[in-house]
Amino acid sequence: MERDDIIEYSLHTHHSEEEGAKIRKKIYFVTFLLSAITAVEVGVGIFWGRGNVTGFAWTTIKWFYIVLTIIKAAYIVMVFMHLGDERKNLKLMILVPYLIFIIYVIFICLTEAMHVGDAWSTYGV
Amino acid sequence: MAGHASEHIDTKTLWGGKESPFRVSYGKLMMWFFLVSDALTFGGFLVAYGFSRHAYGGEWPIGEETFHSLPFLEGNYPLMYVAFMTFLLIVSSVTMVLSVEAGHRMDKKGVIKWLVATIIGGLIFVGSQAWEWSHFIHGSKFGKVELADGSKAIVHAKEFGEIQNFTVQTAGHHYKVGQVLTNKDMDLMHEFQHAVEAGHTMGDKMIKLHDGSIAKVSKKDDVGMYLVVKEAGSKYQLRDKIEGVDASKQYYDAVYSGESQRIIYGANMHRNEYGPKQYANYFFFITGFHGFHVSIGIIINIIVLIGCIKGTYHARGHYEMVEKAGLYWHFVDLVWVFVFTFFYLV
Repeated sequence: MERDDIIEYSLHTHHSEEEGAKIRKKIYFVTFLLSAITAVEVGVGIFWGRGNVTGFAWTTIKWFYIVLTIIKAAYIVMVFMHLGDERKNLKLMILVPYLIFIIYVIFICLTEAMHVGDAWSTYGV
Repeated sequence: MAGHASEHIDTKTLWGGKESPFRVSYGKLMMWFFLVSDALTFGGFLVAYGFSRHAYGGEWPIGEETFHSLPFLEGNYPLMYVAFMTFLLIVSSVTMVLSVEAGHRMDKKGVIKWLVATIIGGLIFVGSQAWEWSHFIHGSKFGKVELADGSKAIVHAKEFGEIQNFTVQTAGHHYKVGQVLTNKDMDLMHEFQHAVEAGHTMGDKMIKLHDGSIAKVSKKDDVGMYLVVKEAGSKYQLRDKIEGVDASKQYYDAVYSGESQRIIYGANMHRNEYGPKQYANYFFFITGFHGFHVSIGIIINIIVLIGCIKGTYHARGHYEMVEKAGLYWHFVDLVWVFVFTFFYLV
């Protein structure tokens, strides 16, 4: 059913059975990837948890988690949410403002937290 | 699946009016805007969590030490249940994508099948989260112990020695001298924990029951118990480990000391056995907000499912509604991926 007052983009985004099979294969591959990454994260968390690793080794593991989480997030946003299939201007409009803000906020809060921690240990909580 | 987005179109037509410059419908665009705003909200929560956590430093609870229980099972399974929950949510996201893909082929049966799977996954997740909350509030079998030097330690053990019975030594309103109380008469564990936390205990394994009688506790030995200090005292420092007979002695000295709150169980608004008060606050707040979003997502999915079954979307010619609900559901999964990393792992 085609209307003449609005453009119904979704009426033209259908695909055939064969294309569907290819797309499903991609979905299953990404699923396997996400599960594998989660399994690795949990494995590292159990054997090299914060309880028994300190110093530089812990910092490495922490960044390892963060990088893996960002990879997982990227796959979920780009493949599952289909942002990867959208126009470049939409992709950029969604991602760029968010990333600018969140990276700044993470930086400033962690910096402040370290200073607050120092103040608390010097002068008491 | 890319549709109009990958079409080559000149700028004049694209921005000339009537077309969406992003070549998506109004509904989908608005859903993306909402998701960005919600992502900012959750980002803010997690950053605040990071702020508090870093200010506290070493005192902060450790993920694999705090979350090591499975429902209905004894023993130590660090992070297992949380890993299950993460995997479950990812799988429910996958079934949602498959539902959208079926929609792109106008396969009504496929859409319904995968949407039902997504809803079931969501329900199991919320149920699991509810169990996690109740277990967190109720506390572990051992609780947190305040040792003689004022330091506080958490308890690790392979097995909590089962409480076999209470033998009444002094009569109360209800129980007579010499009466042996087992799990048939009362929940021994529950009574034990209540009495210990309230300080209704005395040396030589005696506890005061709720009717005023005093009974001797008969309890099996714990297996593999050791203490890890989480708050320094005059003798022990942070992360000191106390093992073997010394651990058992210090723990049960506190249990039968008769002082209230030497052992605390679980978490609530005033104190918690896991660490600083802020920890419990953030746990409930962030996982609560997330669980709330999941619940709303389940309701939305059910409404969309009804629309699918009635054939509304098939008549429309496209399943874009399923796609929009899918975007929201994937966002919920995305937030959980971050909560999982920053709460349980780091």
